[in-house]
Amino acid sequence: MSSFLTIANPDAARRVFLGRSSLLLSGAAVALLAGRDVLAAKAGGSTAADAQILNTALAAELEAIAAYQVGAESGLLQKPVLDLAVQFQGHHKEHADVLAKTVRQLGGNPVAAKSKYSFPVEGLKNQADVLRFAARLEQGAVSAYLGAVPLFANRDLSKAAASILGDEAMHWAVLRNALGENPVPSAFVA
Amino acid sequence: MLRVTLAAAFALSVGAAVAADAKRGEELYARCAACHALGFDRVGPRHCGLIGRRAGGVQGFEYSAAMKNSGIIWNAKTLDRFIADPLKALPGTTMTYAGIKDPAERADLIAYLGSVGCP
Repeated sequence: MSSFLTIANPDAARRVFLGRSSLLLSGAAVALLAGRDVLAAKAGGSTAADAQILNTALAAELEAIAAYQVGAESGLLQKPVLDLAVQFQGHHKEHADVLAKTVRQLGGNPVAAKSKYSFPVEGLKNQADVLRFAARLEQGAVSAYLGAVPLFANRDLSKAAASILGDEAMHWAVLRNALGENPVPSAFVA
Repeated sequence: MLRVTLAAAFALSVGAAVAADAKRGEELYARCAACHALGFDRVGPRHCGLIGRRAGGVQGFEYSAAMKNSGIIWNAKTLDRFIADPLKALPGTTMTYAGIKDPAERADLIAYLGSVGCP
C-alpha cells in the first residue's frame, strides 16, 4: 500500500491499495523518498505542517478503530449491524494505514495507537447506544476532516482528506439511518 | 466556591459580548467529537473544567510544546481567539483545524463549555 501522495482518483486509490501505482508523487515526497533531505527540507515548514495535520487525523482514526472494536466486542450488536460496524472499522484501518505511510513519506513519525483508550462504555446498554456512540464519532470525524481540508499546503492532500471526509459522512448517514433518524439531516455538513 | 466565581465571571464576560446560546453550543459541540470529550482525554484533552484552566494543564495529557508553553489561561476571550483559527492563534498546536469562523457560533460553543461541569 502506498500513501496519499500517489492517489489521483478513486480508481487510482484502488490501484494504490493494490500496490500497483506510485508514479504521482509531489516533488517534496520524491525528494524524501530518494533520501535527498536538502531538497525535502526546502519544502520546509509546509511539509512538516502537512505531516502534523495528517498525524492528528491518524490519532483520531486509531481511536475510531479502537471504538469500533469496543462496539464489536460489546455483544450488543446484532447482524447485520455488527457486519456494518466491522466494515466501517475496516475503512478506518485503511485510512490509518495510508495516513501513517504518508506521514512517513513526508519525513514525519506517525503516531502510534494508545495502549488504552477511554470510552463511555458504562453508557452502552443496547445496540442503539452503540450506534449513537459511533454516529457521534463519525459526525465529529466529518467536522475534523472538513476543518483540515483547507489547511494543507499540498492540495493533493486536501483532495485525499476530502475523500476520507466523504467516507466518514457515509458512515454517519448509515448509522443515523440504522437509528431510525433522518440519514441526511441537512444539505451541508459543518 | 472558586468554581462558582469563575463560572459567574465567565457568564458575565460571554453575556457582555453576545447573547450566547449554550443549548445551541451543545449542538455545535458535536463538531468537536472526533477528538474531544467533556469528561475524559481523547486525541485532545478533556473539556470539563476548561474555563480558568491554564493551557496545557490537564495532568497526564501529552500536549504540544506550543500549547504547554503558551501561558494561556482559558476564558471567553482566549477561547474565542483560539477557536476562530487555532493554528494562527497558536502556531505549533496539534489542533490542526481551520477554526469556527462565525462569531455567534463561537460564542454559543464557549457558552456551552462554560456551562457544563465535569460528569
